[in-house]
Amino acid sequence: MIARAQVSRREFLGTSTQTAGALILGFYLPTRAQVREQASGGPNKFFKPNAWLRITADNRITVLVEKPELGQGSRTYTPMMIAEELEVDWSTIHVEQAPTIPSIYQGLRTGGSGGVANTFTPMRRAGAQAREMLVTAAAQRWKAKRNDCRAKNGTIVHAPTNRRLSYGELVEAACELPLMNADEITLKQPKDFRFIGKSMPRTDVPSKVDGSAAFGIDVRVPGMLYAVIARCPFFGGKLQSFDASVAKSMPGVRAVFSVPPLPRHFNTAGGVAVVADSTWAAIQGGKALVLRWNKGPGGNESSESLRKLAEAQAVGPPTFIAIDRGDARDVLAGAVKKVEAHYESPFQAHATMEPMNTTVHVRDNEIEVWSPTQFADEVQDEIAKLSGFPLDQVIVHMTLSGGSFGRRYQWDYAAEAWQIAKEIKKPVQLLWTREDDMQHDFYRPYNYQRVSGGFDDQGRLVAWSTRVVTTPIAGSNLYTGYAESAETLIDPATIAALEWYGADIAPYSIPNFRLDYAPADSVVPRSWWRSVASSYTPFAKECFVDELAHARGRDPFQFRMELLADKSPEPVRLRAVLQLAAERADWTKPLPKGQGRGIACRSGETCSAQVAEVTVQDDGTVEVHRVVSVVDCGIAVNPDGVRAMTEGAINFALTAVLTGEITIKDGAVEQSNFHDYQVLRINQAPEVEVHIVPSVRSPSGVGELGAMLVPPAVANAVFAATGVRVRRLPIDPQLLKRSQL
Amino acid sequence: MANLAITVNEESYRIDVAPDTPLLWVLRDTLGLTGTKYGCGMGLCGACTVHLDGEARRSCQTPVGSIGAKKITTIEGLSRDRSHPVQRAWIAEQVPQCGYCQSGQIMQAVAFLAKTPHPTRGQIDEAMSGNICRCATYQRIRRAIQRAAESNA
Repeated sequence: MIARAQVSRREFLGTSTQTAGALILGFYLPTRAQVREQASGGPNKFFKPNAWLRITADNRITVLVEKPELGQGSRTYTPMMIAEELEVDWSTIHVEQAPTIPSIYQGLRTGGSGGVANTFTPMRRAGAQAREMLVTAAAQRWKAKRNDCRAKNGTIVHAPTNRRLSYGELVEAACELPLMNADEITLKQPKDFRFIGKSMPRTDVPSKVDGSAAFGIDVRVPGMLYAVIARCPFFGGKLQSFDASVAKSMPGVRAVFSVPPLPRHFNTAGGVAVVADSTWAAIQGGKALVLRWNKGPGGNESSESLRKLAEAQAVGPPTFIAIDRGDARDVLAGAVKKVEAHYESPFQAHATMEPMNTTVHVRDNEIEVWSPTQFADEVQDEIAKLSGFPLDQVIVHMTLSGGSFGRRYQWDYAAEAWQIAKEIKKPVQLLWTREDDMQHDFYRPYNYQRVSGGFDDQGRLVAWSTRVVTTPIAGSNLYTGYAESAETLIDPATIAALEWYGADIAPYSIPNFRLDYAPADSVVPRSWWRSVASSYTPFAKECFVDELAHARGRDPFQFRMELLADKSPEPVRLRAVLQLAAERADWTKPLPKGQGRGIACRSGETCSAQVAEVTVQDDGTVEVHRVVSVVDCGIAVNPDGVRAMTEGAINFALTAVLTGEITIKDGAVEQSNFHDYQVLRINQAPEVEVHIVPSVRSPSGVGELGAMLVPPAVANAVFAATGVRVRRLPIDPQLLKRSQL
Repeated sequence: MANLAITVNEESYRIDVAPDTPLLWVLRDTLGLTGTKYGCGMGLCGACTVHLDGEARRSCQTPVGSIGAKKITTIEGLSRDRSHPVQRAWIAEQVPQCGYCQSGQIMQAVAFLAKTPHPTRGQIDEAMSGNICRCATYQRIRRAIQRAAESNA
């Protein structure tokens, strides 16, 4: 076996504290520990391995990255921000995952497309602070004026004499200096950026073309065993009995035992664990189990029953009214012309290419965890709670993740791995098979939206109302034990954020608008899925804008521009991206029969417009061949990263538009692998053109952005091609067959 | 269990496993060659793609006992220093995001280019359609294959 586990925390502390003359800086906001250390007047205040940055005498610069690397580029944008202020050569930078030490690092997580935006200022400050201290150290060495010393390419230069000292040569002296207050250092202006705004090659790419990148599933620890859990197919169902006699007799199988569901917010449903010498032996053992389950409380739930429930909830009284501007109900009732439609999207699976897994070793006084998570500090906290071990005796190594898309914000699989490992006093890797992963995900909520719009006698759009019905994330897992959390989560503001975010029609100028919400309860676990509610709210909103444009006989692009005629900043910014998207996508250029273009846009910190170009074949198959995306995300820290994220998010969402659908029967998921949950393949992937709007605004997120506008842009393009409205996803080619039209 | 001899990346191994064990798990769990990935276990996603005598094969569907004397190449054996033209093209086009599927993508692309040195876009799409990338790096995969093909020209 090859040990390819990441450096343990003890090793990290050891090397860091023992490396002679390493300038180790950790500033950002002072941590609690630092504050205590400072207050107690400790001799080494701040010069602890509490750092984002480590410089050693050999001029090696190590950046410790808190944010998990899920493919979104954290191990590249973070060092770019630091290098920008530190004034170093890119080739001298090395990247390490910051360890899970909560007293030092409190940001070992990422979500909500927030990575770049949240680190932009603190990481630049970290680089600037190190630079300024190195300048001071050099000035003292030369007994020169500080103002005559400049940082340049990993050296400090004394301008009047052209003397130079490398950072490595200054490390020891810098270590003796008091820490500078990073907040008082003036950061560079965008016009002076050398790295930020330039496409830098990703630091993790080389390891991802030669097989050396180590994901959670690749953790190999001496003496380790492998495990799977046989799971109840029915959500909320219970294990009645099991017969392990055959499984136990199989070669390589070491142990078989039941794993109880964990209560409250651990979100695990339990099952029967099979522990073996190899993954294959564990999988085979799992298949040999004879299991009896009951169906539990959801045995009668199906996609059809859920739709009926949602249809009822779409017309009944709302649970919450989110927005009520003007008097939409009365104005709609009196409208000269009224348009109504409803839009529906099913559950979606995350289906990360690396299935869920975690490796755990429970020792007498310590638990070591290797997990492909996007939430390492929470994994540490939860396993400490479960085990009763103090936090500092739970060591969590956050590995690379093979995709995430929101799935790895849950810590269920790490908790399960701990459940198995505590029974087996050896390191154990729990692997979810693809079938486990597909059938026991926390799905993108099922949703149903009813939308109405009304025109007055002048043909003006004067009222709009939207009812959002979803299987709410906040109420998820009521059957598997999330109730306590749900109670605290179910308040209007949280529901709004999770369930109807993106449904507000602003900045479209429509005087009367109402947005309300009603839930559809379900046994199916739900959670965050790339762009969360924005994966479905723009589908209804931006398709309905198209329907209204059509009702008025207006061009969909022009109609949007008219609704954004206001001169305040938000509509102005949105108009600009719309205009650019229309230009780049040749909006006015005619297309052959059977082809069409659709447009959609969204306002927010990151503002975007998208045009999809489709061909609808005679058999109703929709081919998306081109997507033009205009992105205004403030400063694009790594433009090629912005492009990559946008290309990826667009294609990710295309799965949900064209083929992907999780359906429910008897309270269980019907799909099990990639043959029946069909994800986008290369022959279906459009050419995506990403245009980034130049900007000096602070950066805002793009990880989820591309996913939001694909459903309406494609659906609107299908209408342009065929005259048929797509109001349910994924698109049913039967509705678009030439013979039907 | 049986004592089998296999050749992986030009090294000979004697392994003691059941002959119906998929090559994937022999590579990953017995030999510690974790660059080859598990994705679906059904030959649907291509993450486990390796070469048998230069042909792309899904290692999750290949019983180790069926391999005989065929030479196995995994991503680790493609080059010592990422110098294979396809690896170089993958870096130049900055293909990977999460990277999990990329070993399989690269192995598929290498075998494909060996037979089709100057592919059209349609041929690329057809040859690569068995390899899923959930981060959907597809258009960069297309560009990288074209770049590698040009570098061979």
